[in-house]
Amino acid sequence: MLETMANYFSYPFVRYALIVGILIALCSSLLGVTLVLRRFSFIGDGLSHVAFGAMACAAALGLTSDMTVVLPVTVAAAILLLCTGNKSRLRGDAALAMISVAALAVGYLLMNLFSTSSNVSGDVCGSLFGSTSILTITKTELILCISMAAAVILTFVLLYNRIFAVTFDGDFAAASGMKASFLKVLLAVVTALVIVLAMKLVGSLLISALVVFPALSAMRVFRSFRAVMVCAALVSVFASAAGLLVSIAAATPVGATVVVAELICFLTFSVIGKFLGRN
Amino acid sequence: MSLLEVDRLTLGYEGQTVIKALSFSMEKGDYVLIVGENGSGKSTLTRAILGLKPPMSGAIRFGEGVKESGVGYLPQQTVIQRDFPASVWEIVLSGCLGRMKRKPFYGKAEKEKAEENLALLGIEDLRKSCYRNLSGGQQQRVLLARALMAAGELLLLDEPVAGLDPRASEEMYRVIKARNREGLGVLMVTHDVSGALPYATHVLTIGHDKTTFEKVGEGDKDNA
Repeated sequence: MLETMANYFSYPFVRYALIVGILIALCSSLLGVTLVLRRFSFIGDGLSHVAFGAMACAAALGLTSDMTVVLPVTVAAAILLLCTGNKSRLRGDAALAMISVAALAVGYLLMNLFSTSSNVSGDVCGSLFGSTSILTITKTELILCISMAAAVILTFVLLYNRIFAVTFDGDFAAASGMKASFLKVLLAVVTALVIVLAMKLVGSLLISALVVFPALSAMRVFRSFRAVMVCAALVSVFASAAGLLVSIAAATPVGATVVVAELICFLTFSVIGKFLGRN
Repeated sequence: MSLLEVDRLTLGYEGQTVIKALSFSMEKGDYVLIVGENGSGKSTLTRAILGLKPPMSGAIRFGEGVKESGVGYLPQQTVIQRDFPASVWEIVLSGCLGRMKRKPFYGKAEKEKAEENLALLGIEDLRKSCYRNLSGGQQQRVLLARALMAAGELLLLDEPVAGLDPRASEEMYRVIKARNREGLGVLMVTHDVSGALPYATHVLTIGHDKTTFEKVGEGDKDNA
């Protein structure tokens, strides 16, 4: 068993996949805690569908580098959805559902109409459930991913206290003189970046799992914000590493395997939480 | 210059006026109660003073340095989520973030101030407790401690004793009055007029047809 694993690690693509997978999972779990607590659990799903739609648009327009379209569109959608304020919660909720399915439909339609590829359903399936592209990462992509992750982690470390304040009570934060709306925009931008990246790992249908599972798992057991953050990050790193390794060893789909690993973590933490008499 | 000057302020939602041409001003050390029926716009007024709601017309002016030194705010109880994982210590400390400018982490000064406020409210022992497991009275004390962390010269309270028993209410009033006597301006929205009146210096009554602002005494209960 160990020997086989060691054998796998001799391939650079396995090492790259593992590094990228863990970093993406780490970033989305950090974001996940604030998103879940701000009642935006479904934002990952919505934004990744937007990104999927934008990707299809870029392909239809014949653009070679689709990131020039996907990133700005997703960032704009994130700001729109996350920064409208909580006075229109119902409307925000409905808007998210609407944008999410509309982008998915438009994307699929465009891919069917304009795709130059001979295997449209394969392409669609790849972007919805995560393709094997995580196993074909180049060195440039690896470096890009590492620097993005570093930026996200640095943001969270430096702004940790402020993120807590805005998440716990945005009105108080704004009233006491913090730049709460700036922080919300910044978080929206970071969310969009991480989600576009994470599509590579699990695809746009499964992305919510990376956002919500670590946070929810940690909240079963821990009761302070700091502990929840740290625990969510650890759960996420562990689950993504385990999922990736299993999927490589057993030749299962990467995205689905990672999500199942997250689910198992969640169930384990739920049992531990029950055992400790929390909730 | 006054601590706070509200000048012909009109507030409302989507064309519907809630408060019309309201004017009053408060000085350092004033203790103002805002009373009125439900829906008369009391909470809207506090939100406007906090800068969370833009006025339709009129102006809200702060005295020099008031905004900079921080405005403390105790929101209505319902605002905070029931399932939020946060310790008392984390919440109370977060009160001073507004004044920390760009400093990313809490320093010694902030932690000492948090200790002071925990002690003032008698909740030192709850420091590590999870906010959501506290009783209503304890939660209010935590939020008051946080508000006091943020308050330099002005403290705004929105129904601070709603849902509290008489003893817990009295305790809240006592702590607020103690800080008020040190010069902190207090602006309190409340339904508990009889309980709060002995501490107040002014009462602002907001009615649907008539609004009055009057001096009611020195607010010197506890001093005698």
